[in-house]
Amino acid sequence: MTKEYKTITQISGPLIFLEKTEPVGYGELVQINTEDGSTKRGQVLDTSEDTVVVQVFEGTGGLNDSAGVVFTGETIKLPVSKDMLGRILSGSGEPLDEGPHIVPDKRLDINGAAMNPYSRRPPEEFIQTGISTIDGTNTLVRGQKLPIFSGSGLPHNEIALQIARQSSVLGSEEEFAVVFAAMGITHEESQTFMDDFEKTGALERAVVFLNHADDPAVERMITPRMALTAAEYLAYEHDMHVLVILTDMTNYAEALRQMGAAREEVPGRQGYPGYMYTDLASLYERAGVIKGRKGSVTQIPILTMPGDDITHPIPDLSGYITEGQIVVSRELHRKGIYPPINVLPSLSRLMGSGIGGGKTRDDHKKVSDQLYAGYAEGRDLRGLVAIVGKEALSERDRKFLEFADHFEDRFVRQGRDENRSVEDTLNISWDILSELPIKQLTRIDDKIIEKYHPAKQTTSESEYQPQEQEVSGEQ
Amino acid sequence: MEVKGEIYRVSGPVVIATGIRPKMYDVVKVGHEGLMGEVIKIEGDKSTIQVYEDTSGIEPGEPVENTGLPLSVELGPGLLESIYDGIQRPLQVLQDKMGDFIARGATANGIDREKQWEFKPIVNKGDKVEPGDIIGIVQETPNLEHQIMVPPNIQGGTVSGIYSGKFTVDETVCVLSNGKELSMLQKWPVRTPRPTKRKLKPNRPLLTGQRILDGMFPVAKGGTAAIPGPFGSGKTVTQQQLAKWSDTDIVVYIGCGERGNEMADVLDEFPELEDPKAGRPLMERTVLIANTSNMPVAAREASVYTGVTISEYYRDMGYDVALMADSTSRWAEAMREISSRLEEMPGEEGYPAYLAARLSEFYERAGYVKSNSGYDGSITVIGAVSPPGGDFSEPVTQNTLRIVKVFWALDAKLSQRRHFPAINWLTSYSLYTESLSDWLSENVAPDWIDLRNYAMDILEEESELQEIVQLVGSDALPESQQLKLEVARMFREYFLQQNAFHEIDRYCPFYKQYKLVQAIHKFSETANSKLEAGYSINDIMAMESKDELAKVRYEEDFDGELNKVLSKMDDEFSQIGG
Ligand SMILES: Nc1ncnc2c1ncn2[C@@H]1O[C@H](COP(=O)(O)OP(=O)(O)OP(=O)(O)O)[C@@H](O)[C@H]1O
Ligand SMILES: [Mg+2]
Repeated sequence: MTKEYKTITQISGPLIFLEKTEPVGYGELVQINTEDGSTKRGQVLDTSEDTVVVQVFEGTGGLNDSAGVVFTGETIKLPVSKDMLGRILSGSGEPLDEGPHIVPDKRLDINGAAMNPYSRRPPEEFIQTGISTIDGTNTLVRGQKLPIFSGSGLPHNEIALQIARQSSVLGSEEEFAVVFAAMGITHEESQTFMDDFEKTGALERAVVFLNHADDPAVERMITPRMALTAAEYLAYEHDMHVLVILTDMTNYAEALRQMGAAREEVPGRQGYPGYMYTDLASLYERAGVIKGRKGSVTQIPILTMPGDDITHPIPDLSGYITEGQIVVSRELHRKGIYPPINVLPSLSRLMGSGIGGGKTRDDHKKVSDQLYAGYAEGRDLRGLVAIVGKEALSERDRKFLEFADHFEDRFVRQGRDENRSVEDTLNISWDILSELPIKQLTRIDDKIIEKYHPAKQTTSESEYQPQEQEVSGEQ
Repeated sequence: MEVKGEIYRVSGPVVIATGIRPKMYDVVKVGHEGLMGEVIKIEGDKSTIQVYEDTSGIEPGEPVENTGLPLSVELGPGLLESIYDGIQRPLQVLQDKMGDFIARGATANGIDREKQWEFKPIVNKGDKVEPGDIIGIVQETPNLEHQIMVPPNIQGGTVSGIYSGKFTVDETVCVLSNGKELSMLQKWPVRTPRPTKRKLKPNRPLLTGQRILDGMFPVAKGGTAAIPGPFGSGKTVTQQQLAKWSDTDIVVYIGCGERGNEMADVLDEFPELEDPKAGRPLMERTVLIANTSNMPVAAREASVYTGVTISEYYRDMGYDVALMADSTSRWAEAMREISSRLEEMPGEEGYPAYLAARLSEFYERAGYVKSNSGYDGSITVIGAVSPPGGDFSEPVTQNTLRIVKVFWALDAKLSQRRHFPAINWLTSYSLYTESLSDWLSENVAPDWIDLRNYAMDILEEESELQEIVQLVGSDALPESQQLKLEVARMFREYFLQQNAFHEIDRYCPFYKQYKLVQAIHKFSETANSKLEAGYSINDIMAMESKDELAKVRYEEDFDGELNKVLSKMDDEFSQIGG
C-alpha cells in the first residue's frame, strides 16, 4: 500500500539522501528494506521537493543504494500500556526479554509535547533516598531533575541503583515506578543493573530500555525519548510517581555530536551542535508535576564528565537546565568512601521547598547550612595544614579539621544497603556538629540549638542530672 | 490581500515556501494546520519562514498563506497578570483549549475580547488629538490607571465622538473627524520600537532592596544592566529578586529558554507577595512571558521582542517599567540555530554575524523618555547572560558588555562558598554612579556617596592584603591592616551577603543599607583610633557587639536592635579605653 523508493543518492555516516519522492513529512518514521531482507528504521531530518534526508537508527552499515525506502506517514510512536512494567526493551522499544509483545493501550509520539508552564505545580514533596549526602544536604523532590555528575570508573551506577531501591516519600503509600534508560553502556554494566533489579524485585515496577555500547549510536537519539514517553504515560495516565534514570547522558551527547557532523552542520563548542542546549532541554524538561494530577516524573540523569571537567559542554549545558547536580568525587572515591559524593559543588535548587517542619524536620535547613560551612572550612584548613603543619593551627581550627574528617567518615560514608531515614541523617549530623564548640555553630539559631543539640538534651531526662552537671562543672 | 503559496522544504523550525511574495517579517500560516510563522529571508521566489510551532509531519506541497502583516502584539487593558508564550498566546487559554501539554495549531488572542472595562474619557468632542495622546483611562488593577492612547501609527484628528461606560477592548470608544474609530486595543509590530519624543538622562535609581545592587552598583531607571554567570550562580534568583522588590510600576519578566518550574514558582509566589511600592499583590503589576527551553525556538527568538514591546506600551503611559530577560543567551542561541538552518555564514562560535546588532537594538529600547503622551516613562532592561563554562570571553557576554552600563558579575567561586548574591564586588561596575549621585545625596544622605566609597576602598584593599596573607598569614600584618581585614569581612558578610529566602533580609530598603554601612564605618573609625592610642587588636576582635551586628538585618525591629548593638559597641569601646 505504501510506496517503496529505490532512489538513494548518497549515504553518509548515519544519513541517507533520497530524490524524487512524493511529499514526505518532517520527522516521519522511515522503514528501510535492505538487500538481505532485514529492515532498519529511520527518521526524516530534512524534506523538500527535491531531496529527503533520513537518519537511520540502526546505522547505515550494510546499506547501499539499492535499499528500498518506505515512508510510514507518521512520526515515531511508542506503544504504551501498564503491562510495560517489568519489561526489558531495546533502545528502540522492541522487547528484549522473552515476554510477549506489548498490547498497546495507546501509541504516543516519543517527542512528547511541552508541558504548559501554567499547568505546572512547583515541586515540593520530599523524596527520601536514604542517602545522607542527598537527603541531608541536597534534597531531591518529586518532579525535580537532579543529575549525577560523575567520572568514568566512579560508582555512579551503584548510587543510582541505591536511590532507585530506597526512594520513598514520607508518609505516602502511592504507586511508584522506575523507568530506566541505558544509552551506550556496556553489557557488564547493564547486567549489574538487571541483576540488582531482579534480586530486589524492583523489576516488577520498572520499565527498562537498553541501548548498549555496541548498539548503533543513532538509536541513542530515541532511547531517552521512549523512556520519557513511557514515564509520562505511567505518571499522568496511571497516577504513578515515576523515577527516570538516564545513563549515560554523555553517550547520548556524543551521538548527537556524531549526527551533527554527519549532517555537516556548523559545530558549536568542542564540536557539539549549537542546538545541544535545546535538545537536552527537550529531555530534561519532561520532569515535573502537574496541577490537579496525582502522578509525577522525577529525573536522575547520569553523566560522566570527560576529563572530570565540570565546564565541559555536556555537564555545563546540563547544569544550565537541571535543578542542581550531585557531584561524585574521584578524591573521595580514592579514599575508599562510598558514596563518594562531594557536597560542596553539589546543589539541589529545589531543596528549600521540600524540607523543614511538617516536611522533614524544622532544623533541616540550618543543619545543612552548618554542615556545609563547617566542611568547607575544614577542607580549606587541610590545604593550609599541607603548608604550615598541624601544629600551627589554633585549637578552633583543629576542631574544624577533625570535623571535616568526621563528616566524610560518618555522614558521607554509608553502606550500599544502608537506608537512612532523614531523622537518622539529621541525628548523625548533630552528633558530628556537637564536636564543634557551640559558639562556632553560627548558622544555627539558638532556638534550634536548644531543641536539638545533644549537649542540651539531658535536662528533660531526669531531675537531678542538671545538679550533677553543676557539681562536676565546679570541680 | 492574502497570497497563497506552498511549502518547498521543511527543516526543523525552518520552512521554505514558494509563491507567497511576502515582505520581510510578514506573518504567514504554514501547512494545513495553519501554523504561525514569520518570513525571515527572501531569495527570488523562495521565502524562508521561521515557524513558531513544532513542524513534525509537515510536508512539502502543503499550503502557505501570507497574512501580509508583521508579527505584532496586542496592547490594551488586561495585559497585567497575564502569562504568555513567546508570541503572546495566553498560556491559560492554551491550557483551556489543549490541556496540560501544548499541542500545536492553537490560536489565541493576546487580550481577552469578552471582558468589559470601564472607560473614562478625558477628552471632549471637538478636542484635537495627536498620535500618542491619551483619550481616556481604565482602572486596569486597583493600583494602575491604564491610559488609553491614540495609537502612534494612525493619523490624529478632531474628536467627533467619545463614549464613556463599559466596553470590551475592541468596541469603539472614540471617533475622529477623519472617520477613524478608536478602541482600547492597539496592535504593534514587535520588531519596531514604539516612537517617543526624546530620550532623557537616566538620573533616578531603580531601588531594588538588594544591598549590593543599590549600595554598590546601582542601575538607573531607564538604564541597562547585564548579569552574567555560570549555571547555579544566581542569575534567576537575582532577576526574581528584582522583579519582586524593585520600586517600579510594571514588571515584564521574560523566561526565555529557561525552566518551566521556575515560571511555576513565580506564578505560585507572586500573587502572595506584596509589591513594596503599592502594597498590592505583586502579580498585579506583572506580565510574564514564558517560553521555556522545550518550547519552540522560533517563539523563543520572538519572546524578547514581545516583552519589550509590552514594556514600551506602559512606558508610553508614563510608567516605570522593569524588564528582565532570563536568559538572553538562550535568545542568542535561538538566533544561532535559525541562522544555521538558513545556512548563513557563521560568525564567532557559530553565532550569526548580526548578533551584536540584534543585542544592541534590543538594549537600545531601554531608556528614560519623554513619551508622546506627554508623560515621562522608563524601561530598565536587565538581561541575564549564561556563558558556556562560565567563561565571560564568549561572544554573547562580550557583545552585551559593550552595550550595557551596569555589569553584575556572578562568580562561581562565591556561589560555591554560598556567598549570596554571588556578585563579585571587584569586577562588577555601574556607569551610573555619577549621574545618580545627586539623587542619592538628596534622598539617602549627603554622606552616602562617601560612605560607599569608603566601603569599596576597604574591599579593594582587602583583596591586595589577602595576597600577602596567603604568603605569611594574617598575624604578620601590622594591627591597622588586621583591622582593615576585619572591617572588610564585616562589609562582605554583614552588608554584601543577603539571603533572598529570608523573610526579612530579602528586601532591605535604602535607609537600612545606609545605617548598616554607617555602623560598620563607625566601628572601623573608633577601632582605628583605639589602635592609634596603643590598645591591642585582640581587645577589638573580642568585642561581642561587632559580631552581633551580623544579626541586625534579620530583625523585624531593625532600628531598635541596631541601636542596642550600637550602644553596646560604645560600652565595649569605652571599656577598652579603660
Ligand atoms: N541571593 C541569594 N540568596 C540565597 N540563595 C541564593 C541567592 N542567589 C542564589 N542562591 C542559590 O543559588 C541557587 C542557584 O541560583 P539560580 O537558580 O539563580 O542560578 P542561575 O544563575 O539562574 O543558574 P542557571 O543558569 O542554571 O539558570 C539557588 O537555587 C539558591 O539556592
Ligand atoms: Mg537561572
